[in-house]
Amino acid sequence: MARIDLVDLAHSYGGRDAPEESFALKPVTMTWRQGGAYALLGPSGCGKTTLLNLISGIVAPTHGKILFDGVDITQQSTEKRNIAQVFQFPVIYDTMTVGQNLAFPLKNRRVPKPEIEKRVAEIARLLDLTPDLNRRATRMTADAKQKISLGRGLVRPDVAAVLFDEPLTVIDPELKWQLRSKLKALHRDLDLTMIYVTHDQTEALTFADTVVVMHDGRVVQSGTPAELFEKPAHTFVGYFIGSPGMNIVPAEVKGREARIDGHVIALNRSYDTLPAGAKIEIGVRPEFVELVPPAPGLLSTNIERIDDLGRVRFARVRIGDTKLAARVPSGFSSSDSTAALKFDPAHIHVYADSRLVEGAA
Amino acid sequence: MRKTLNNRAWLMVAPVMIVVLFSALLPVMTVVNYSVQDAMAENHFFWNGDSWFRELLDPSTEIGSRFSGALERNLIFSFVVLLIEVPLGVALSLTLPRRGWAVGPSLVLIALPMLIPWNVVGTMWQIFARADIGLFGATLTGLGLHYNDTQDPVSAWFTILLIDVWHWTPLVILLSYAGLRAIPDAFYQAARIDAARRWSVFINIELPKLQRVLVLAILLRFMQSFMIYTEPFVVTGGGPGNATTFLSIDLVKIALGQVDLGSAAAMSLVYYLITITLCWIFFTAMTQLDLLKEA
Repeated sequence: MARIDLVDLAHSYGGRDAPEESFALKPVTMTWRQGGAYALLGPSGCGKTTLLNLISGIVAPTHGKILFDGVDITQQSTEKRNIAQVFQFPVIYDTMTVGQNLAFPLKNRRVPKPEIEKRVAEIARLLDLTPDLNRRATRMTADAKQKISLGRGLVRPDVAAVLFDEPLTVIDPELKWQLRSKLKALHRDLDLTMIYVTHDQTEALTFADTVVVMHDGRVVQSGTPAELFEKPAHTFVGYFIGSPGMNIVPAEVKGREARIDGHVIALNRSYDTLPAGAKIEIGVRPEFVELVPPAPGLLSTNIERIDDLGRVRFARVRIGDTKLAARVPSGFSSSDSTAALKFDPAHIHVYADSRLVEGAA
Repeated sequence: MRKTLNNRAWLMVAPVMIVVLFSALLPVMTVVNYSVQDAMAENHFFWNGDSWFRELLDPSTEIGSRFSGALERNLIFSFVVLLIEVPLGVALSLTLPRRGWAVGPSLVLIALPMLIPWNVVGTMWQIFARADIGLFGATLTGLGLHYNDTQDPVSAWFTILLIDVWHWTPLVILLSYAGLRAIPDAFYQAARIDAARRWSVFINIELPKLQRVLVLAILLRFMQSFMIYTEPFVVTGGGPGNATTFLSIDLVKIALGQVDLGSAAAMSLVYYLITITLCWIFFTAMTQLDLLKEA
């Protein structure tokens, strides 16, 4: 159990001299607190797995340091690091029974036998593997095998963190839900730091209390699911999280006004010191843009189509060349293809070069 | 559900059936034919029943004792070959580089002996092993060892085994290397996380994953070593005495040397059946190993 600090950590598969733009992980400094449930979220190739492998020591960093409870372990081998990791595909030892598989990490570390038995029994009970403890692991189904892998990750009580690298990829959707809830429960029971890599926002948002969003080798935001939803720090977080994603619209912003396509939208805060020459955009979630019948003073738009998601409906609309999504209130019906948009000023954010700008009150 | 019967599909199989007929079935039938007949002069054949087989399988007859002796030598030879080549091949494949520029050159170097034709191998070693002028034989003699592959049975066996190990261990190495390469990195990474020792990784990850290719390697090496002919024929001529007279060598002597077609035919058939049966036993044993463990 430990706090994990990353200090200016970066990795390049092309070696130290490669240009920084090509780094798989660009320099990052951050802290993972003991006992946290973290999700590392981002599209394929954004550097999540690299970051995970750096923490576990499978990959050595190009520069920077990793500290466990303040102790620099950057040069330590994976075996010595006290890290557990579960991989995307089940890894089981074919020659062993389920119980022997679970006991293996403890046995190799010369944990006394009674303690091994106690811990294996506990983990097997938590993962519903108790009836299978004496079966050969090769004979199990793919998802039971993945449960064994999860079990091997969780069996050591003293690990600094358990790292999960998209562990539910091979599991059926139904079981996926169950296993995720199980992991969440295990996190509460075992007081372990867990870092869960995924590209699936539902998985990340339901598992973690802190979601770390990565994009193109950088950590762009880390926060609670609510923070990511309400106040994305980067336009990428805006459209990657949420379905449909955030509307990002190029705009001219001056003081308390944003101008889109010649139309003025009021803002809650004042933006007087925007960097000169930066690309200015406003971002607003579709949930906070309402589709209303055309009226004077409102931004009018063309409806392209309406998606019915069951609980809510979202309209795809167009203003000039810009496409947006807007919430369709229940009871709204329009035979006409034109409508107007009503923005909620409290939820409009301003971005300069894709990064959130805090306005003045 | 009604299915339309259409036997025209058999026509598609016809070409391969015809090829098999000429390449395998007809030659074997010729041998079967010889094995139940005796020939007098002028190609005059008459029915001889199973007496060639009786004579062959009875160790008290001359041909029977030759057969049982050669069979014993064959079995010992194949057993020793497997015992050396399989562990050696697996061990060497573990030392090969997994990635980088060195992979290509080392694989080519390792495969080189396999590319040399059998009788060239024999001729090379015949000279190489000569105690007077051969580099290998002369070196051993120079070291004060009693080595002469044409006069001393132990030297002869040692030489033939060495030739086979040199010639065919590369096959085991390549098969085993391919099997090792197919193991995903995650297994090795998980083993590091679990603090598994090198030996434990080999026993619990690599060896189980190699099982399939090793079945193939053992079958191929068994079949080839059980049919060994050229190396002893060229290097030792089956001697000294009949120390290295294996079944195939004896077979050729009987068929072409003594023109005992009936005995030779019976011997080929029995030889053939033994090879097939042993292969089947190997294969079944190795593929059923898992089921037995489970039970």
